[in-house]
Order: sequence, then structure tokens, then C-alpha cells
Amino acid sequence: MKKNSLLFLAGVIIVLALGFLMPWLLRNPFYFFAGYVVLQYVTIATGWNILGGYAGYINFGAAGFFGAGVYLSAFLFTTFGLPLPLCILAAAIVGAILGVLMGYLTLRIQGVYFAIATLGLVVVLETIVHNISGLGGASGMAVYGPRPPAWSPGPSQYNFTVMVVIAVASVALARWVEISWIGRGLRAVRASEDAAECSGVPTLRLKLVACALSGAVLAAAGAPYPFYTSFVEPVTAFSLIIGLNAIAMPLIGGTRTWVGPVIGALLLASVQQIATVTISSELNILFVGAVLIAFVAFAPGGISDLFGRNKGRARP
Amino acid sequence: MLSIDILLNAIVTGILLGSVYASLALGLGITFGILHIPNIAHPTLVVAGAFFVYTLTQWGLDPIVAAVIGLVPFYLLGVVLYAFYSAVFERKGGANVLQSLTLFFGLSLVIEILLSLGFGSELKSVSVSYIGSSLKIGILTVPYRLLIPALLAPVTIAAVWLYLSRTSSGTAIRAVAHEERALSIAGLNPASVKRHAFGIATATAVIAGAALIMVGPIEPFAGRFQIGRVFAIVVLAGMGSIPGSLVIAIIIGIAEALVSSYLNPSWSPGVAFAILLLGLALRPQGLFGAAR
Amino acid sequence: MTEPVLSLKGVEKRFGSFRALGPVDLDVGAGERLGIIGPNGSGKTTLINCITGVYRPDGGSVFFEGRDISHLQAHKRARMGIARSFQIPRPFTGMTVFENLLVPLDYCHIEGSKHDRASSVLASVGLSARVSDPSEKLTQLELRKLELARALVGNPKVLIADEAMAGLSEEEIDEVLAILFALNRSGVAVIMIEHIMHAVMRFSERVVCFETGRLIASGTSSEIAEHPLVQKVYFGE
Repeated sequence: MKKNSLLFLAGVIIVLALGFLMPWLLRNPFYFFAGYVVLQYVTIATGWNILGGYAGYINFGAAGFFGAGVYLSAFLFTTFGLPLPLCILAAAIVGAILGVLMGYLTLRIQGVYFAIATLGLVVVLETIVHNISGLGGASGMAVYGPRPPAWSPGPSQYNFTVMVVIAVASVALARWVEISWIGRGLRAVRASEDAAECSGVPTLRLKLVACALSGAVLAAAGAPYPFYTSFVEPVTAFSLIIGLNAIAMPLIGGTRTWVGPVIGALLLASVQQIATVTISSELNILFVGAVLIAFVAFAPGGISDLFGRNKGRARP
Repeated sequence: MLSIDILLNAIVTGILLGSVYASLALGLGITFGILHIPNIAHPTLVVAGAFFVYTLTQWGLDPIVAAVIGLVPFYLLGVVLYAFYSAVFERKGGANVLQSLTLFFGLSLVIEILLSLGFGSELKSVSVSYIGSSLKIGILTVPYRLLIPALLAPVTIAAVWLYLSRTSSGTAIRAVAHEERALSIAGLNPASVKRHAFGIATATAVIAGAALIMVGPIEPFAGRFQIGRVFAIVVLAGMGSIPGSLVIAIIIGIAEALVSSYLNPSWSPGVAFAILLLGLALRPQGLFGAAR
Repeated sequence: MTEPVLSLKGVEKRFGSFRALGPVDLDVGAGERLGIIGPNGSGKTTLINCITGVYRPDGGSVFFEGRDISHLQAHKRARMGIARSFQIPRPFTGMTVFENLLVPLDYCHIEGSKHDRASSVLASVGLSARVSDPSEKLTQLELRKLELARALVGNPKVLIADEAMAGLSEEEIDEVLAILFALNRSGVAVIMIEHIMHAVMRFSERVVCFETGRLIASGTSSEIAEHPLVQKVYFGE
């Protein structure tokens, strides 16, 4: 256990170092533009998995949390000139609140209702944003991002580095949840809620914690987005492909550990980034949808389960 | 601006809209309400039904006739869908709700994209002579394009309800969710009963689709805005209560019509979800018991 | 009887207009071996659910060590020392046998090393060889043992064994009974809900019989076996 944590820490340091150094080593800004999206999906998949994978509560509304993060940070930056790190923090807090609210309304009943309610969250939030003229309504709003600090060569590179930090923080959070008593309790909830409750696990409170953490990560993933695109509109902020990828990536990679969503996101998002050059976004969705069905039907354990069976983690 | 004619018109429009929503929810009332299969692809199947009707009307057929023709292929589609579903899950000893939700989610996306590739993403509508004008009674103005589909719904619902409550194969469907073992003792194969039920549920989608495309133009992704409505109707009506769903659907229709008349039409997509969330939050015990 | 550890006063549970249980009065002494019998649908499982907190009773109160626990959530009651096993085993799938025991240990505040406690409980039920196997791989008997081990690991004061022997062979029943006897010797009250009559009769100091939600008879094994109401329930006439 200790050894694994040290290895993980070493990995974190290497990835962070690369995140800060790469912009000076690679010239072509396209890599950072594409890399940003891949890392954004690593964050989204990781955040989704805290609730969907560990606790087994499917959230179809990832785009709702993401979009809330996008709009909150766009609003805070354009109106109050809040610096980006504070925008991200604010988005995470609002995402957590949204998650708890959502969970509180639906988690006392069965998982189906939670899933249906999350579908609604996207529609409701999108409807609200549509109707607020201060946020640009249906036509959207332009966001002129901050000038990148001196340690970064340009805006795409700066956004990339920011996303590296968010992704690493999210993965570390998910790993911490997984190996802590929270993760064990959530997995017990996933297996049998009654048995967990009768073993002393406060199931409702634990699920609310998972909702809050998951919501926070999903919203944080959206916070830098306005600066990445310089323009936000409801259709892209609450995009279907985000909700779809959030589910498909962990399911393809494997939902039981933090590694699964990371693998799934790296794979699927890279394929999508390469493919968008050649195929339409519709074919992209069709592809992800078909892959999702195939995995649900034939390999519910995901890739990490196909290669190397899950070895017992805790030994006496 | 609270004039009586706006209010009255909104209420009448709401009742008619609600009736259409009830036909959209009918299939889900069977799959989710009775069989407990969370088929979130149902609204998309309705949209597929609408495009089926659209295609036949392009060849000069009446939309209602087109819908009746569509019953058979859609029944078969439902049978195939269920066969796939049960091959994947039920053989593994009971379906995992969350996995089946994900499966239907993926399925609905695939159908949407196929529709959009086949028909383009523009709005499609049907034009028939009898749905162009409006019926005027005093201060009420009722467009036929709303009235005719709204009348179609109670007819379909009544037919399905009579089938479920009066015939032996209908009774088998209602029994299958609760007493699977008793059913097999009685010599019926639960799997084939469920397959049949899923077929009927999917067949209702083409009628609902005809209703939907008569009310207004449709695009391939229109199903998403119906998910809130149909689930709100099925869940709040009490799982499996098909007559009850008509009542709830009309309440939702009226609420939406009032919101679009007095606030803004752009707020109405959120109304059904708001009602559903409130219902879930206020009556969790009741729903819990019913949903078990 | 000694001071009751668990005490039910007028406990009732309804589902809509259907009265599934009660009103029931029942005391369970500290360290007692109590058997509960009754036909299917007689309210036994509803009773357990009212005691463990899966259901809130509609009337009456449940006392544990003299304290009214009727309004406590199930996990709080579990932490106080009310443990149960489930009729159909519900292992925490996706976890090893060992991890299954860590769940109650994480949440039930046990003194001393969690690993030592889990290992010793697994040894006591005879699952030592299976500690690092995934719980999906267990046989029916092993699942029953895991179910018991998970209930025991948190040091309960009362254990409710809900049909812990259904579907097992005679030798396997003996094994499970031996576990329960050993546990009882360490001072834990055991409530056994069971259809396997000879096992209940052998195990229990006192047996109560339920029918249509009511407690209809109470006594020692031999008294219950002779009781006219019990005979009527089981044999008609």
C-alpha cells in the first residue's frame, strides 16, 4: 500500500512537471489544443466515476455539472474579473452544492430515479441559461481570457497546463476516495445497500459525499472551458457528447478503480481528437454510442478487467 | 394581462397537449411501469415512429393510416430489442438496472444519429388537409393539428388498457412482473410474455410518433425533451397505472401551457422535470413502495 | 430471564391497509438463544426489519439496552450492536472476503487492530483459506459463513440469523450451528429465524411462533412442539 502510494506520488510529480515543461519543448500549439480536450475528459470521466463507478449511481447529467462550471466561471471572470484559479474553485464549490441538492432530492429512492433526475438536470439548467440574458441567452457570450502568465508561452499552452493540474488533482482525489474508508463504504453500497446499512455504513450520507465530490470535479472540468474556446453557448456547454463520454469512458476503461476512467478517457478522447479531423461529430457520437453498447453488453468490467483480473487489494 | 380567454385557451391547449403526452408515455408505462425495464430510449423510439410516418406521408399516405401500417414493423422492432436486452442481461440472472439504463441510453443515441444521418437535422413536418385550420367555439380557438392527435391518444390508451385488463394474454403481461414463477407454472413462458409486451410498447411509439409530428415539426433529437415528461407521467401516475397516466399527463400539459402563456414558451421544457423532482422529493415513500 | 438486551413494545408495521406485523411484545435476554418460527408471510422478516431499522415501525417502540431506538437509522443500530445476516446472502461483490469484513470494521469503531480482528473472525468461521479470494467465488456454505462473519466482526450484542441454514446439507447445518453456539458462549444473544425445525429446536432455549403478523406461542422447544396453536399452523388441525 505504502509502496503504491509512493509510486503514485512519483507519477503525479512527473505528470505535473511535464505539464509545465512541455509548452516550452513542443512548438506546435495544436498538441496543446488537442491535449486540453483529452485532459478535460480525463477529469470528467474521473469525476463521474466517483459516484457512478464506486457507488454504482449512474449520472446522465454530467453535462449539467460541466455546463454549470463553464457558465459560472465565464460569469465570474467577465463580471468581477476573478482570476482563473478562483473561478475553478468557485465552480467546484457550486458543483458540489448542485450534487448534494440533486442527491438529496433523489437518493433516498432507487437508483433509477436518480438517473432519470440527472437527465432532467441538463434540460433544466440549459433552459435556465437560455433565459438569462446576462449570460448571453441562446446566442452565447464571448469571453476574452486573461493574458497567460510569464511562465507559459501562450494561451493554449497555459490552458493546457491548467488542465493538467485539474486532471491530476481529480485523479488524486478519486484515488484517495477509492483506497479510503469512503471508497470501501461506497463499494459496499454498490453491492448491497441494505447489507451496507446493516454493517454500520451511513449509506445516504456517503452517497451525498460521493455526489458532492463528483459534482465538484465535473464542474471544475468546465471552469477553464470559456478561456479555451473564448466563447460559450448553451449548446456546447451542455453538449450531449459530454454526458455520453462521461459514461462511456469509465465503462470502457473499467469502473472499479481510478485507473479505468483514465485509460478509457485517454483512449476514447484521443481517438475522437484524431477522428474529428476526418469525420463529423455525428459519426463521432455514433461511434461512442456503439462502443458503449458493446461494452455494457459484452464486457461490463471494462478494459482493465479484460487485461489482468482484479487482484484482491487488501490482504492480511 | 390575466384575461379570461388567454387563460381558457391555455387550459384547453394544455389538456390537448397532455393527452398527446399521455400517448408518448404509454409505451413506457408498459416497459417501465409494468415490466420494470427502464427504457429511456422510448422517447427516441417515438421520434423514430414520427419519421416513419413522415416517410409514408411523403408517398401520399395519411399520417394516421401510416401509423397503423407502422404498428407491425414497430412491434417487431420491440421484439428484437427485447430479445437483445434479455440475451445480454436476463440470462445473467436478473438485469442490473444501471447497466440496462446505460444500454438504452446508448441505444437512443445510436437511433438519434441514424435518424439524423438518414433525414438530415432539419425539422420535418406532415401536411394534411384536415390539420390546417382551427375549430372556433366562442372565445376558444382549437387548432385541428392539436385536436386530432389529442383524440388519437385516449383511443390508443383505451385500447391498450382494455387489452391488458380484459384479455388473458394482457393479464399475463400484468402478472409477469410480480409472479414470474406462477406464470411458468401456469404453462406460460415469462420471456415470451415480456417480449410480446415490449413489442406492444414499441408499437405504441409509432402512434405517438404520428401524434407528435401532427402537432408540430420534429427533428431527430426531439426525444430528449420528452424524457422528463414521459418519466414524470409514468412515475407520478403510480407505476403501471395506465388510466392514471392520462390524468397526470393532462396536469403536466396544463402546467406547461400556463407557463408558456404567462411566462415564456422557452421555460416549458423544464416544467415536467420540475414536477417530477418535486413529486420525488415530496412522496419518496409512496414511490418507493410502488416501484419495488 | 436476565435483563433484556432487546425489547419490543407494541411494535406494528403496515403496508397500506395490510397489517404485516403486530402489535408485538417481545423481550430478548442478554446472551439468550431465541428461535423464531412461523410460516412464510407470518411477519418474521418484517420483525427483523423493524428491529434492525430497515423499516420504521408504524406503532410501538424498540428498546435496546433500555434505550428507545425506534427512530434511529439502521446503520446507527448496527453500530450499537445489532447485527444481522440476510436470508439470501448479500456479499459485497467486487471485494475480497477479507475486505468484506473491513467494511463493518471501518464504520463500527472497534478497538485494536482491524486486520487482527478480521483474521480471527474469519478463522472462527473457517474461512481462513479464502481471505484473499473475491467474494463472488464462494460456495453457498461459504457465503453463509461470510454473512455470519461480517455480522460478527463488529462485536455485536445481538445477532439475528435470518434463515442462515436454508438450502444447506445436514453436515453444513451442523457447521453453522457450531458457529452460532460458539458465538453464544461468548455472551452474544442469538435470534434464529429458521424453517429447519430440528435446527431451531436444538439450538434455542426459547422458541416463539408467529402467524399472520402475531406472536401466537412462546415456550421451550418441547413446549412449542406440543403447543396446539403451533400444531394447527403447521399441520392444520
